[in-house]
Amino acid sequence: MPDLSFLLLQTLNGLASASSLFIIAAGLTIVFGVTRIVNFAHGSFYMLGAYFAVTLIPRLFDIDRSFPIFFAGVLLAALGVGLIGVLMELVLLRRIYRVPELFQLLATFGVVLAVEDLVLKIWGPLDILGPRAPGLRHAVEILGHRFPAYELFMIAMGPLVLGLLWLLMHKTRFGVLVRAATQDREMVGALGVNQALLFTGTLFLGAFLAGLGGALQTPKLAANPHMDISIIAEAFVVTVVGGMGSVPGAFLAALIIGQLQAFGILIFPKITLVLVFLLMALVLVLRPWGLLGRPEAGHGRVVLPEGILGLKPFGPAERILTGGLALILVLLPWVGDSYLTKVVIEVLCFALAAFSLNFLIGNGGLVSFGHAAYFGLGAYGAGLLVTRLGVPMEPALLATPVIAGLGAALFGFFVVRLSGIYLAMLTLAFAQITYAVAFQWVEVTGGDNGVVGVWPSRWAASREVYYYIVLLVSAAAILVLRRSIYAPFGYTLRGARDSVVRADAIGIDVRTHRWVAFTVAGAAAGLAGGLFAFAKGSIDPTLISIPMSIDFLVMILVGGIQTVLGPLIGAAFFHSIKDFFMPLTFYWRLLLGLAIIAIVLVFPRGIVGGFESVKARVSRAGARQGGERAGA
Amino acid sequence: MFGKRLLQRSVMAAAVVVGLAATSEAVLAQGEPVKIGELNSYGRFAAFAVPYRNGMQLAQDEINAKGGVLKGRKMEIVFRDDGSTPGDAVRVAEELLTREKVAFLAGTFLSNVGLAVADFANQKKTLFLATEPLTDAITMAQGNKYTYRVRPSTFMQTKMLVEAVKAKGIKKWAIVAPNYEYGQSAAANFKKLIKIATPDAEIVGEQFPALGKIDAGATVAALENMKPQGIFNVLFGADLTVFVREGNTRGLFEKRTVASLLTGEPEYILPLGEETPQGWIVTGYPWEEIADPAHKAFVAAYRAKYNDTPRLGSLLGYVVGYMMKDLLDKAGSTDTDKLLAALNDLKVNTIAGPVTMRALDHQSTLGAWVGETTIKDKKGTMKNWKYEDGAKYVFPEAEVKAARKQ
Repeated sequence: MPDLSFLLLQTLNGLASASSLFIIAAGLTIVFGVTRIVNFAHGSFYMLGAYFAVTLIPRLFDIDRSFPIFFAGVLLAALGVGLIGVLMELVLLRRIYRVPELFQLLATFGVVLAVEDLVLKIWGPLDILGPRAPGLRHAVEILGHRFPAYELFMIAMGPLVLGLLWLLMHKTRFGVLVRAATQDREMVGALGVNQALLFTGTLFLGAFLAGLGGALQTPKLAANPHMDISIIAEAFVVTVVGGMGSVPGAFLAALIIGQLQAFGILIFPKITLVLVFLLMALVLVLRPWGLLGRPEAGHGRVVLPEGILGLKPFGPAERILTGGLALILVLLPWVGDSYLTKVVIEVLCFALAAFSLNFLIGNGGLVSFGHAAYFGLGAYGAGLLVTRLGVPMEPALLATPVIAGLGAALFGFFVVRLSGIYLAMLTLAFAQITYAVAFQWVEVTGGDNGVVGVWPSRWAASREVYYYIVLLVSAAAILVLRRSIYAPFGYTLRGARDSVVRADAIGIDVRTHRWVAFTVAGAAAGLAGGLFAFAKGSIDPTLISIPMSIDFLVMILVGGIQTVLGPLIGAAFFHSIKDFFMPLTFYWRLLLGLAIIAIVLVFPRGIVGGFESVKARVSRAGARQGGERAGA
Repeated sequence: MFGKRLLQRSVMAAAVVVGLAATSEAVLAQGEPVKIGELNSYGRFAAFAVPYRNGMQLAQDEINAKGGVLKGRKMEIVFRDDGSTPGDAVRVAEELLTREKVAFLAGTFLSNVGLAVADFANQKKTLFLATEPLTDAITMAQGNKYTYRVRPSTFMQTKMLVEAVKAKGIKKWAIVAPNYEYGQSAAANFKKLIKIATPDAEIVGEQFPALGKIDAGATVAALENMKPQGIFNVLFGADLTVFVREGNTRGLFEKRTVASLLTGEPEYILPLGEETPQGWIVTGYPWEEIADPAHKAFVAAYRAKYNDTPRLGSLLGYVVGYMMKDLLDKAGSTDTDKLLAALNDLKVNTIAGPVTMRALDHQSTLGAWVGETTIKDKKGTMKNWKYEDGAKYVFPEAEVKAARKQ
């Protein structure tokens, strides 16, 4: 029976971790509120804050080893990170505010990859333990337990930052503008506020808070190159549970999560992996805007659609390109070596998964951050059927869209009730829950080691035969999906995407249409996953993980979400450059990140989007010339 | 505009790819270097993998300077990042085999990556020397004809620790381990082995923080509340540093025995610095205290070449480098069947001691150093250590035969 003093102690532990979480999440939520950017680089800012602090503070201690000096070091580190945030805004984000909001996510993801390798290059791979805070090294005796004084300081820091942010938001012009922009960005712009400056300031504040959170962690944990990944998902959970854009909401959510973590591990020691995502799923199902969030300003209003616009039949240029590509694909095993065939098999699997994701995002306006769940369900379905039940490849492959489709139907039932970023985060939560099941249910799924021995049937075992199976199946599935984009079903989805209210008014059952779309896309992703599993010979939880979901997002964004075929090009491009960079250098993540940033800047609508706009410009110029001639 | 530039760029890229392919197509004639494909997590787990690569490169340079392998051919290790996921690793392995035409594969860090590459090697009928992954499965339940492992497994290292703490007769143990396969299987091994060593021992509680995300305050408090006499720790890396700081401040380790896996390895003990907890029983690598002349020469050469002190990864890379040489020379060929035959019960004199690659379970008998943590010159290190030969700690034959489907 746990005694009362222990329960109190655990509450204090929960409060301390809540404070750190809140400081980081506050920055994320403010940035999102104003700029609508899903800033993946926030975790990188946090990591940089810690690295700056462990570099800076020991040098400052040469002056004087005291608490004020320590705290000054923390603030300086946070300031430095704030300036990096400004840099990112000026150099990168400012150039792309006019493109779809999702595309900015791609840019920040490029930054994540680049920063990860830069940190390794600058600070080396070994963890760096920072100095402890002078004056707070000791423990305080509380009811017979020793409690670190620094944790008490952290408990105080949370409410302090909350209070300062409240003052900033309510007593300064900048704060008022931030709040106004969070509620209605267009209105703030229409009133003549300098948006560029406001965004720069917001990015500074957000990055400063992330850096502060990182720097404050250094007396507790060593700066290490994995910090960014370890914090970013949780920071998102806090902001979403609290309500995107709501600082008090983030505080409340952090308090709840801190306590849940502290007491959850007493009852279920292995729940650490999934606890926060269970909470997020529950909150979003019950409260679609988070605890203290408000419906998005754009909700119910006609907004500029992001995604596939008008459908055009293929012109001669497209026909020739597609035909040529198809010919190359058919002949590939004769012209390429077996390694190239293998890479193209993977590209085809990813292309189908990406196409199904854009069926949701570009066509349906349903942004999924957890598409890997369905890819993974298909892969696990196929893999477990083959290895555990001895089912041959053919029926196992046929089962994959059914298994993944059922999963998508179950999750989708809840997902389609939401919209915007909340919808995206619920898909992420479901993906993480699926991931945790695959990870933790060791007896069936093999845990994180996964299951090996998922190979095709004997007749399909040769690389070439399996290549043609993948080519045939994925091409067929893509054609079916493409057909439904061009069918009334696709038009209905796009109608609902552009205006739910109007679609509703003309009698369309938006929710059911979206549910069906979600299920279909999940089934297609599952088929891709099944094909992929047999190509790899193994299944493991990385197939369901967040990085996999992000890869799919990157593929469709690189290709262009406004085009039907963009995702296919994006998948091919992303996988090829990854494969091209990886043998070149161990810093391939840096190259990949820079390549993504370059694409964002050069083709702000994706590769195919860029191609389309060039074509449009050419034909406009042609039309103008023609017009002039007609006039003359 | 864009179209043209893009076209030029893709033509250039294609030319590069074709060029690369053409050069690697060259037939491996006598006198050509013997290529070995080494894939590891050089980016994401650089703290281990970069010293590992350094150690292996040092061995390769020494071997080539002394006449190479297979009667005068140079040994050329091709290093590739494995992407830290099974998906990427299997593709990289394929690239090494088909484009680089390597004689065999070696490396990998994460267990799931190691297992996927092992299955790939089995499918391709290629030798795979799994150097680093610790999972028991790779030589036991999922062992295959083509896969051999070098490092002492989770089971072996746990058993070394259990033997080392047995004399203390501790009854109440708490376990803290990262929540993934390595942590879970170390915990399971510990539970099994401690019951054999101390029949009335009891596990009073367990904590499984997510890897890299430990909530240290809550975890330490929970462990303290279990009131154990001993703690078996499997945390490492970033989780370990925060756990140690929090535990030191809260007095978790006072008057308690702590048995801790891998903590004595420089990779993990160096970041702890002056805060290294004293008197933990650990497995590790006290490189500066090993007096064996061959080892001293290795340390000197390593420091001269890289201006850094060796890590456990460096030792392993170096040992594996020479193991590869002995393997090639004994096989007399790069033919896979001959390599497998040579590797079975291959005896190598390494700088750590004599090592045999057991034919029974494809596990090498490379051991580990077991000792107590201490602080010297403000740095964590080990004292009262001794080298435990892996041969004493491998799985018993009956268990191997039951687990391995031959």
